[in-house]
Amino acid sequence: MGIAMAWPPRDEPSETVRGKGRYVVGRSARLGIFSSLLAVAVGLVVFVSMAYLRSEPPTLDFAAGHSQGQAVDMTLQTVGAIGFGTHPSWVSYLTQAPDGKWVHTTLWDLPANTRVNVTIDQYDSGSALRNPQVGAVYGTLGNAATLNGKPFSLIDATKGNGVGHTFSIPTLGINVPLYGVNGNAKNFCNSAPCTLSEAHNTVEFSFMTPKTTGQYGWQCFVPCGGGYVYGNGGPMQTISFMDGFLKVVS
Amino acid sequence: MSDQQATVSRTAGGPNHGARLAVAWLVISAIVDPLFWFAAGPHMPPGDMTSSASGAQFDFNVLMMAALPVTLGVWLYFGYAIVNWRASKGGSDLIGGPKARGNMKIQTAWIASTTIVVLSAFVFGTVELIVPAGAGGGEGPQPIWTPTSKTVLPIQVIGQQWKFTYRYPTYGGFETDTLMVPNNTTIAFHVTSLDVIHDFWAYQLGVKADANPQQDNVAFTTTHALGKVTVRCDELCGIWHGAMFNYGHVVSKTTFQQWASSNETQLAAVTKLLPPFSWTYTADANGADGVYYPDNVDKYSKIQVYGAQPVSVAQAVKPTS
Amino acid sequence: MAISMHESVGLGRPGETPPSGADRRRSPWLGQHIGTALVGAVAGYALGHFIGNSIASGYANVQLNRQNNVATVLALTLGVVGWLLGVGALNYPILKLVGKEPAPEIEEKGWGRYFRFTLDHKVVGMQYIIGVLLFLFTGGLLAMAVRTELLSPTTHYFGPGTYISLVSEHGTVMMMMATSIITGPIAGWLIPLMIGSRRMAFPRVEAFSFWMFTAGYLVIMTALPYGGFPTGWTGYAPLQTQAVGGMDSYLVGFAVVGTGMITAGFNIIVTIINYRAPGMTWSRLPIFIWSLLAVASLLALATPTLVTGGLFGILDRTAQTAFYVNERGGSAFLWQNLFWFFGHPEVYIMALPGFGVVGEILPVFTGKPLFGYRVGAAGMIGVALLSFFVWQHHLFQSGINPDMRPLFMLTTELISIPTGFIYLTGMGTLWKSKIRFEVPMLFALALYFNFLLGGISGVFLSDVPVNVTVHGSFFVMAHFHYTIMGGLVFAFFGGLYYWLPKMTGKTLNKKLSLIHFWMMFIFFNCTFFPLFIVGLLGQPRRVFEYAQRLQGLNDFSTISAYMLASSFLVFTANFAWSIFIDPKPAPANPWGSRGLEWQSPTPVPFHNFDRIPVIYADPYHYGEVDAPDIADFDKVWATAGAGASSGGAGGGGGGFGAGTTIEGGPSDV
Ligand code: HEM
Ligand SMILES: [Cu+2]
Ligand SMILES: [Cu+2]
Repeated sequence: MGIAMAWPPRDEPSETVRGKGRYVVGRSARLGIFSSLLAVAVGLVVFVSMAYLRSEPPTLDFAAGHSQGQAVDMTLQTVGAIGFGTHPSWVSYLTQAPDGKWVHTTLWDLPANTRVNVTIDQYDSGSALRNPQVGAVYGTLGNAATLNGKPFSLIDATKGNGVGHTFSIPTLGINVPLYGVNGNAKNFCNSAPCTLSEAHNTVEFSFMTPKTTGQYGWQCFVPCGGGYVYGNGGPMQTISFMDGFLKVVS
Repeated sequence: MSDQQATVSRTAGGPNHGARLAVAWLVISAIVDPLFWFAAGPHMPPGDMTSSASGAQFDFNVLMMAALPVTLGVWLYFGYAIVNWRASKGGSDLIGGPKARGNMKIQTAWIASTTIVVLSAFVFGTVELIVPAGAGGGEGPQPIWTPTSKTVLPIQVIGQQWKFTYRYPTYGGFETDTLMVPNNTTIAFHVTSLDVIHDFWAYQLGVKADANPQQDNVAFTTTHALGKVTVRCDELCGIWHGAMFNYGHVVSKTTFQQWASSNETQLAAVTKLLPPFSWTYTADANGADGVYYPDNVDKYSKIQVYGAQPVSVAQAVKPTS
Repeated sequence: MAISMHESVGLGRPGETPPSGADRRRSPWLGQHIGTALVGAVAGYALGHFIGNSIASGYANVQLNRQNNVATVLALTLGVVGWLLGVGALNYPILKLVGKEPAPEIEEKGWGRYFRFTLDHKVVGMQYIIGVLLFLFTGGLLAMAVRTELLSPTTHYFGPGTYISLVSEHGTVMMMMATSIITGPIAGWLIPLMIGSRRMAFPRVEAFSFWMFTAGYLVIMTALPYGGFPTGWTGYAPLQTQAVGGMDSYLVGFAVVGTGMITAGFNIIVTIINYRAPGMTWSRLPIFIWSLLAVASLLALATPTLVTGGLFGILDRTAQTAFYVNERGGSAFLWQNLFWFFGHPEVYIMALPGFGVVGEILPVFTGKPLFGYRVGAAGMIGVALLSFFVWQHHLFQSGINPDMRPLFMLTTELISIPTGFIYLTGMGTLWKSKIRFEVPMLFALALYFNFLLGGISGVFLSDVPVNVTVHGSFFVMAHFHYTIMGGLVFAFFGGLYYWLPKMTGKTLNKKLSLIHFWMMFIFFNCTFFPLFIVGLLGQPRRVFEYAQRLQGLNDFSTISAYMLASSFLVFTANFAWSIFIDPKPAPANPWGSRGLEWQSPTPVPFHNFDRIPVIYADPYHYGEVDAPDIADFDKVWATAGAGASSGGAGGGGGGFGAGTTIEGGPSDV
């Protein structure tokens, strides 16, 4: 052989290389062990993603059986403490399903390009606003809304009971402040679902759903996530409490 | 980084690998650079609606003029090596030894040329940052690089979880959800936040500045063309960060005047409720229930506990419009 | 113990057991192992929760939101302590503290040792391989979830809160993994063998850093059941202060992994400086060791900032201090500064080891010495130094120190000079070489391809006017995936394919390896190249909604990402098949490397060298007729079995470069 390069690999295996004899179990058993480990891992992944990551509150269907040009009616309530579930002390919205039951959700299927008549029964006490700009009503049909039957367009949150929550769809430019109830009222509602015999304010307004289908987020702009810096943690960042989606379908 | 191939060939004494590489590289660069500059360059983001947008586009294209030859040169070299210098092609010449371990000339040439490229990039970038008054980036509360234009329209951008609102101090300080900008005007965006950090990114305007609580972050630009502007939040701010976008418009000066004065009157009632205009506001770090910080004494009436307090009204001198 | 000659040649180990006859097999189920560690962790976790509830359940904010951060932090911290106690990581210091002499540690055999706290750096290295792969694959699955959400601009597969939690978890898991992906497994296994030592300077610290690393994995995994965290891997305050319980997992998790990194860093520094064999001068040190020295300095010096910064964050969340809350006298800028003061050196922690690995691979497969060795080594040290002076380039638009932007632009662009040296060494080494396209070499070449795009896009990012457009966009995202994944992760796999035959004594299936490489290379580029464009066109990072017109590019990226993930399935199948299920023995030195680590017998004896070698030359004398021997191997291994090992070592004379090696190794045993 001429001048050799450094590399031609030498093929002979090392004598001391760990032979098969070292294994406690045979080859097919090892294959079995490996495959079952793999199966466990796959199962775990599927379970975590389906049962946990993909879990979300139910979506109420306001689009089913809807005929063109007909308005959709929707009733919501806001409550100071939901009273059940994993976060009983959090503030929350609830939605009344078409069958009249109160459901702890903020997800709705809505038909596109349709008038939605919203009624919100507001059972929570109020406070001032970090940004008083959200005390104004805008983006609703006629920029109008009523509080206990009387039209209003702006709430001065430093007066009276302040603002409890807002109903806002930032991407559609819709904002409605919800006047607070007196926190010391005798019949103050402490857990959901609240009933009309308890202290509340009723706010009504209408808006048009957009023509393009898709999911539009909505939220509250009152920093009502108690116990968190800036009041914007917890319920303010959790779907089915102070955030939700309009799932606009055709 | 560019001329070392030529050097390699001379010093390493190969047949003509170096010369071939150098020629191929020069040809490729001579084709690709002008092609990019003229065909792609004018379409490069973020467009040329404003001074800072076209500045960023120009910078991007200039950097491309260096980046394309460097990238293609290196790839060319690797490709050439892979094709020509394979073990399977045999040959028994010895390729090791001290000569293969380094070559002062090549190493020096490499270091010198990369240093020159890098320093030129630095000088160029600095000029392009300073001359156009901060190039549309956030310049902090006291910008040292300011526009030459005498009239600057201030617009305050307020980030909050989760939307942007805009205040126009020269029009009574009204606040709206929509961004309107007059054309052919130098704008000073004063970006601030009422809670966590956000970032105001007006893509077509070539403007980006963080919105920090209690900080006034100023960014300048001058509008050149009418059109729609996409505003996105560019700093993660919680659940709706991804939905924190809206659209603005660059409109003619007269349209803007009309829009602004009609808003000033229509929104007068809301404006009265807002904290007096100020460059920054102090939000109470507690929320509506006022209990994160246990030392929270009733400094304000219960109802005002987290109202946004202006830091200093005195600072809110009215700039010229 | 008196100073003995044994010590000075490195024979000493803690416990001073003579190497011969040290063969003890105990049942894998007995004693302390990962099972007892889990028991300890659960017990510590429960105890911490209990204490935290007793302390803080009456706090006004806890009353209101029922989120007791004190309990979470204590539970996680004591859980980690329980984990360490359970596995026996603290036995030695505890026994010493109470004045008892710990039992001597001896060589262990059998598979049980892979589940224990062990002092053999080679066993720790193997544990680390499985550990980083677990991290990598977990992070990869999270990435698949992230890309799945981005299939549609407006229809959502996950909720928006879940989406940012997934992004945050993916980023954090990957960043934790990347700090150790090479310094843990490959370096841990190889440093002593490459510098001619019998062990790491502090074997207990070596094992400790591994068990901290795994504890960090468990801690960061608790973030999801705690509700995730919304801040991304950068954890910006005051969003951090506001977040739900998963944020505590992030803060504690980074502190745990960070502590492991600091200890690992010191261990590597001390080992490299003090445990080099006689003759292993600085100029003979393998380039990989140089890169590790640079990285270890960064680990030791930069990481404490992260740990301290995280501690402030924990205090803000538990004791209502206000380090990072402006309105309460703190500063949100402080976290940004502290985080990036760590974070930027961190990104070089994730680049340099990769450069070191390709620096080892290139000479072997080109048959040439490394070109510009000194420049390369100096470049790595230069990068390490400069990396402490660039952190504010992450904050160009933040309003922090705006007048300092030109300076940070300068330092950032300067750092590309020493970084570019890897191209100088790489291209110089390739020049008129004889390339063998073995799998490790392919990965090394791929690193050069990918890292170029990562590096060049970095220059765009450092230019402040361009940064206005690209900062915080998918352009940044593509940039750092090109450097970390395209650089470090490719180097890691290159290193694995290169060194696994030595580590395990087994050959990986070449066909599967090639499939893995080509899939990974092609689909990596298909996944991330479009994201440069997506970023330039205006898509910010960490968003679940994006412009309709970007759907095509995003979908292309997502589908490529699925294919990229499948390439790891190919790897896993290959790894499992070739190493566990149907192993084929590997030659002792299949690539014909001159590296000291390759001259040992396989399996490498417990103490690596029977006698510490005396080093004669650096390991890069390729392509020379009369290449010198790299060490006095004939005296190093007394036992049989060394025979098959050391080609180049052999009977002296012609040495490695000459034909003698081909004839079949040394005959003097
Ligand atoms: C398996 C292939 C991978 C894919 C498909 C992938 C995909 C992604 C995507 C799409 C994002 C951005 C999400 C967003 O901003 O909305 C992301 C973020 C990130 N990735 Fe990866 N990635 C991969 C591997 C890696 C690796 C190997 C690393 C590091 C070692 C890494 C580190 C990160 C980090 C640090 C972030 C930023 C997280 C944040 O914004 O805080 N990724 N990844
Ligand atoms: Cu609310
Ligand atoms: Cu944001």
